[in-house]
Amino acid sequence: MKLNKTLLAFAISAVFLTACTDDEKDASLTDGSQNASSGINDASTNGLGNGSGINGSGFSGGDYASTLGPEFNDPNNPLSKRTVYFMLDSSEVMPDFIPVINAHAQYLVANPTQRITLEGNTDERGAPEYNIALGEQRAKSVASMMKVQGVSDSQLNVVSYGEEKPATIGNEESAWEKNRRTEIVYLPK
Amino acid sequence: MNFFRWLLLTALLGFNIEASFAELNIEITKGVESATPLAIVPFGSDSAPVNVSGVVNADLERSGYFKMMDEQSMVNQPSTASAINFKEWQGLGQNYMVIGQVVSAGPGQYNVQFQLFDVYKSSQILGYKMASSGADLRKTAHYISDLIFEKLTGKKGVFGGRIAYVTTNAQRVHQVQVADADGYNPQTVAASIEPLMSPAWSPDGKKIAYVSFERKTAAIYIQTLTTGERVKVAEFPGINGAPAWSPDGSRLALTLSKDGSPDIYVLDLSSRALTKLSRSMAIDTEPNWSPDGSSVVFTSNRGGNPQIYIVSSQGGQEKRLTFSGNYNASASFSSDGRSLVMVQGNGNNYRIAVMDMGNHSVNVLTSGPSDESPSFAPNGSMILYAAKKGRVGFLSAVSLDGKMQQKLVFNSGEVREPSWAP
Repeated sequence: MKLNKTLLAFAISAVFLTACTDDEKDASLTDGSQNASSGINDASTNGLGNGSGINGSGFSGGDYASTLGPEFNDPNNPLSKRTVYFMLDSSEVMPDFIPVINAHAQYLVANPTQRITLEGNTDERGAPEYNIALGEQRAKSVASMMKVQGVSDSQLNVVSYGEEKPATIGNEESAWEKNRRTEIVYLPK
Repeated sequence: MNFFRWLLLTALLGFNIEASFAELNIEITKGVESATPLAIVPFGSDSAPVNVSGVVNADLERSGYFKMMDEQSMVNQPSTASAINFKEWQGLGQNYMVIGQVVSAGPGQYNVQFQLFDVYKSSQILGYKMASSGADLRKTAHYISDLIFEKLTGKKGVFGGRIAYVTTNAQRVHQVQVADADGYNPQTVAASIEPLMSPAWSPDGKKIAYVSFERKTAAIYIQTLTTGERVKVAEFPGINGAPAWSPDGSRLALTLSKDGSPDIYVLDLSSRALTKLSRSMAIDTEPNWSPDGSSVVFTSNRGGNPQIYIVSSQGGQEKRLTFSGNYNASASFSSDGRSLVMVQGNGNNYRIAVMDMGNHSVNVLTSGPSDESPSFAPNGSMILYAAKKGRVGFLSAVSLDGKMQQKLVFNSGEVREPSWAP
């Protein structure tokens, strides 16, 4: 009985919390200028309670790439595809994605001042730190294919987020397969 | 508790949560069949700010070892030994009972006393008096729970302990938090829109090492909990991950991929000297020390899939420890070094398993499907781990014999990578 009351108490509290965070989301969405360091709070919750320092969008998508030229937005052009997917527990690039990687490699060779970050990711299953290692292998597979085409090391930045930045939230294969990926992120010059 | 007091408490809790951003709630999902009947009689109290006997009752209940008596079924609620009619409590089916008092002793100060009785022998088996500030009353209550638990089970209690974990809310804000073992007093250690990972307690419980991607690249920080002051100890090109303190607190084992494939290194925290411990071309990660500091276990896929290996902390021959199953990862030792807990997976089902370091037999403790990041309680009796049902991530604790299980639910999003303070 006592336990049930506690549960109910928390359920009601959760409603308060939901109401509060919805407001925060609206406020933070108008503020896109926050950088990572201001989102860090040194050992106190001050500044976090009102949602400042939190950027509503957590994903670094290919937004900058879409400003580089019409070919990056043309669905018939491989440059419009900036995600390479992988099989379970594998960092081997599947044949379908070779034309995509080659197209980006050729663009980078032709634009030697352009830099990209290859972000390796995994699905949520298994050990988080092991997944960081697996995600790095996926990003490095793409990097080495690009280097073979003549892309310089200085144009390529590699980071692995493991299972920490899912593209899709879900606990079924249809979500997992969208999360096992390397994202090709163009960096502002 | 009457309804209006309960409503007030609910409102107060609501505001607490708003300020602290997160709260954990504990449910017992599996208890021992032969739980011992135990009555915690509400303590005699003159307006203490914390319901001390209520905290003790909740602690002992979620241990799974005891069948707690419902307050409403108590015919009398004595707070002194002379007022106990043992025959009455025998008739109510109780094996043991606890009475106590919380008495004001000046502004903000309290004297707390309790007595534990064997109901059938009509005799006291434990009794303590202690002074506590109002702010420390929850801590005092957990200490009482530890004393009662140890007296009745022979095992050290972990109710006074603390846990660290990582939360992610719906807006994908990541936080490293520290809370009491019952989920109360959650405090944010670090928060970022970029991932935070792998919180690791220093052996003295004063610092936490963690991985932060706040600069869109991995770095390892060590943060002092009381001051919030932090030091960046690793930011090499590539992976900077899986920090693990040596038992003497002088070194940090970690994973770096600066030379190509991820390898295990040991970082001396005073000289900052770096020693490479594993040398495969495959993935080597998730180092953890043996309690005597002589060796380090880690995960490697050098044999084609992830398995647990062990190496001397001075370097040398790397030896494979696990041979059953095609996915063994996240290994760490119990404080007596006799058991190694790990995640065992097969692609669809990931469960917590324990290896006996004597005969290397493996016992699977949980049913999955997404159990990960196991961490031993300091007394070695419970293992805390992260689990998932549907899309909801929560923490779970299981006893070493697999008989008891409890669940800690974070109310606004996911909670992962738990770690019990030493």
